[in-house]
Amino acid sequence: MNLTLKIWRQKDATSAGALATYQVKDISPDMSFLEMLDELNEQLNEQGEDPVAFDSDCREGICGTCSLMINGQAHGPEVTTTCQLHMRSFKDGDTITIEPWRADPFPVLKDLVVDRSALDRMIQAGGFISVNTGSAPEANSVPAPRDKAMRAFNVATCIGCGACVAACPNGSASLFLGAKITALGELPQGQPERWTRVVDMVGQHDHEGFGGCTNIGECTAACPKEIPLDVISQLNKDLRTAMKHGL
Amino acid sequence: MALLDGTTQTNQPPVQVSDDAAGYYTLGAPLVDPVAPTGPIKDRWTNRKFENRLVNPANRRKLDIIIVGTGLAGGAAAATLGEAGYNVKSFCYQDSPRRAHSIAAQGGINAAKNYKEDGDSVHRLFYDTVKGGDYRARENNVYRLAEVSANIIDQCVAQGVPFAREYGGLLDNRSFGGVQVSRTFYARGQTGQQLLIGAYQAMERQVAAGTVEQFTRHEMLELIVADGKARGIIARDLVTGEVSTHLADVVVLASGGYGNVFYLSTNAMGSNVTAAWRAHRKGAYMANPCYTQIHPTCIPVSGDHQSKLTLMSESLRNDGRIWVPKNPEDAEKDPRDIPEEDRDYYLERIYPAFGNLVPRDIASRAAKYQCDAGKGVGPAVREVDEEGNEKFVRRGVYLDFAEAIERFGLDGVKEKYDNLFDMYARITGENPYETPMRIYPAVHYVMGGLWVDYHLQSNVEGLFVTGEANFSDHGANRLGASALMQGLADGYFVLPNTIRDYLADGPFEKIDESHPDVVAARTETEERINKFLSIGGTRSADSFHKELGRIMWEYCGMERTETGLKKAIGLIQDLKKEFWSNLKVLGTADTLNQSLEKAGRVADFIELGELMCIDALNRRESCGGHFRAESQTEDGEALRHDDEFAYVAAWEFGGEDGQPVLHKEDLIYTAIEMKQRSYK
Repeated sequence: MNLTLKIWRQKDATSAGALATYQVKDISPDMSFLEMLDELNEQLNEQGEDPVAFDSDCREGICGTCSLMINGQAHGPEVTTTCQLHMRSFKDGDTITIEPWRADPFPVLKDLVVDRSALDRMIQAGGFISVNTGSAPEANSVPAPRDKAMRAFNVATCIGCGACVAACPNGSASLFLGAKITALGELPQGQPERWTRVVDMVGQHDHEGFGGCTNIGECTAACPKEIPLDVISQLNKDLRTAMKHGL
Repeated sequence: MALLDGTTQTNQPPVQVSDDAAGYYTLGAPLVDPVAPTGPIKDRWTNRKFENRLVNPANRRKLDIIIVGTGLAGGAAAATLGEAGYNVKSFCYQDSPRRAHSIAAQGGINAAKNYKEDGDSVHRLFYDTVKGGDYRARENNVYRLAEVSANIIDQCVAQGVPFAREYGGLLDNRSFGGVQVSRTFYARGQTGQQLLIGAYQAMERQVAAGTVEQFTRHEMLELIVADGKARGIIARDLVTGEVSTHLADVVVLASGGYGNVFYLSTNAMGSNVTAAWRAHRKGAYMANPCYTQIHPTCIPVSGDHQSKLTLMSESLRNDGRIWVPKNPEDAEKDPRDIPEEDRDYYLERIYPAFGNLVPRDIASRAAKYQCDAGKGVGPAVREVDEEGNEKFVRRGVYLDFAEAIERFGLDGVKEKYDNLFDMYARITGENPYETPMRIYPAVHYVMGGLWVDYHLQSNVEGLFVTGEANFSDHGANRLGASALMQGLADGYFVLPNTIRDYLADGPFEKIDESHPDVVAARTETEERINKFLSIGGTRSADSFHKELGRIMWEYCGMERTETGLKKAIGLIQDLKKEFWSNLKVLGTADTLNQSLEKAGRVADFIELGELMCIDALNRRESCGGHFRAESQTEDGEALRHDDEFAYVAAWEFGGEDGQPVLHKEDLIYTAIEMKQRSYK
């Protein structure tokens, strides 16, 4: 199929950006969206024009590196990552607008590449269980109820891609944060730091400039791993409890 | 043969008679592991931990450690060494350490916990691993791996890794690829992700504590060897393009595998060999580079545009039945219209004992033979054979769940495999509940890597290598669920205990950026970058990578011949010449420039590819994923030659225009007897 692409081009973090228009031809419906961009880049390289910079790595939907607002939707029209979005989701002759993640705490570095290190700094603020190597007790000495372990797993599937932030009109990272708080808070191993963790992580979230949650739900609709909205309720509940503890 | 330590060697030292690679290499001095432990195998690691010297906590913060890579091995090592109080600098090319490719591992992690009381033990895990690796792994290292495996599970559970559990709240586990005990711990089909997040979080905790400094979007481009010791790296900030020098007392490479040399593989797009290859050029030996693992159950290639291959979990082979049409003319038919009597369930037919669950190398090769014989299914793809003739071959076999659906019902199969079926449907656009899946083997993992001793130190003093980047634990073939085990064993438990013996001699004399060896490393790096940008040819780095990949897959893939490998070496040498005269990289060095990143990686892959072919040419035996057509049994099965090749091939860089130098380390077995594998 033949497509018209409108792509955000921005030289570097400090330059102004603008949409540029390109044509691609003979795109196979079996291509992934990123393979279609690979084709475009080969074409640009041949023409002597700087290829479009975009992030991708595992290309199998698990590393969370790929991003892109596609026609205004995070990761495009399907509930999946951009690397697992295939061109059969589009029609011959379509015009597709491709932009970087939209959120203040994710500054654009070049073209479609943004800086998501704010997510790492939220983990540094308390997104872990403090255990030094070698000091762990025998694994089966602390049983974890199966349903709690299942819930922990279901929300631990978060890949940290940032789609929730990009989709949120408030630029909130509450879904990301709620997933981490819930995953660590469900397990017996995570209890000792549960209340300090939520206070510290929410503090860092706000410090990074992410917006507040107003329960719009765009985050969970855009989440390629279908993290449910109730992790944000869990987040708020844990935060209230922590405050009652006087933290 | 009685050895000095009171143990008995069970195998004869090899004597190589054949010399297929004559003229392509020179023979160097034999190699021994200078720190190999002795005595009864079960005591070796315990004794060594005691013998290794300690570093006083107050001295640790004066010691600087550079770790390249943040996967299971690198992330775990950074977390552990940071906790211990050393000064750690961690580097990764990704935008966050959490994205290292360990995250993509699906299956599970082995540990000798014997929770099922089914006869598992450290010794059995050790035995299965050495046997699975076709007796080309080093006994000492594998035993230690099995020994620390149980601690890994404890560590990860304490970190909050949500492993599968039974109703009583205790850990569940399952059986995996060709072993008869249940020792694989798993977190649905995303075990790698959960383990990596555990290591990443432990590492971020140290970043917050100030013991680990994290450099993301930084790529190591050169190793600094000063006065004979590894003392730092030259790295490029992939955003600003700034080239920076980082000095330390010791350097650890945890930079993963190089399967991307084949272009199409299950590796991440950025997975590369640069860190290891630059170290190789600076003197580190590259061991068994030709040992590649081909995974049998991947989604087949659909066209020229393809950038990577996706693995379908091996667990599918538990219930799916693999077949091809008996008549090649049925290839284009709807498989549902092919009657039972016209289908060939070839694995069940040839290997009745193991059936569809034969080990990876055997299943892979069998699929290739069916397709070579014209019985493959799916689209016909263009290939060029050794004589340069063009042919069209269908590269796919059916993995059929019709019988499983009949047995467990549609819901039963959905419950077990739904996410995998969805993934397949998304990628191929076909509904696997209605028609059988198509699968084909793909490059997955490499067992070769930089040579290390028992302390995980390479032959370059002060350079340690962990995880997939080293060679020692998997032999010629990796068993399922062993890669995660090795990464975490090295990172959490082995390296922290061995590196301290080296660091006990430190802090080493400080060097600064004006040291001639540092200046030289930096200058070389900058010149190389400028060279890429100034060639001004017509071809992109990607196009060279694709061409290299085709050569490697055709001649150094699942089946290799003397003629094919010699041809490949010639083709790669020509490709290298063209690369350095006809490469086109646009843009500049002082900005984010992904074409420039690729150029550097492809340049290294080309050199590695040549060495892989030479290694494969020299090894005139079939073992693991390495099948030399000249060495097979009457039934067409892989035939090892322990009498000639029970050694590790450690290659020394022979200079820009010189030949590589082969150092052989004989494999010595005292706790295990070598046997021919049979799965019939």
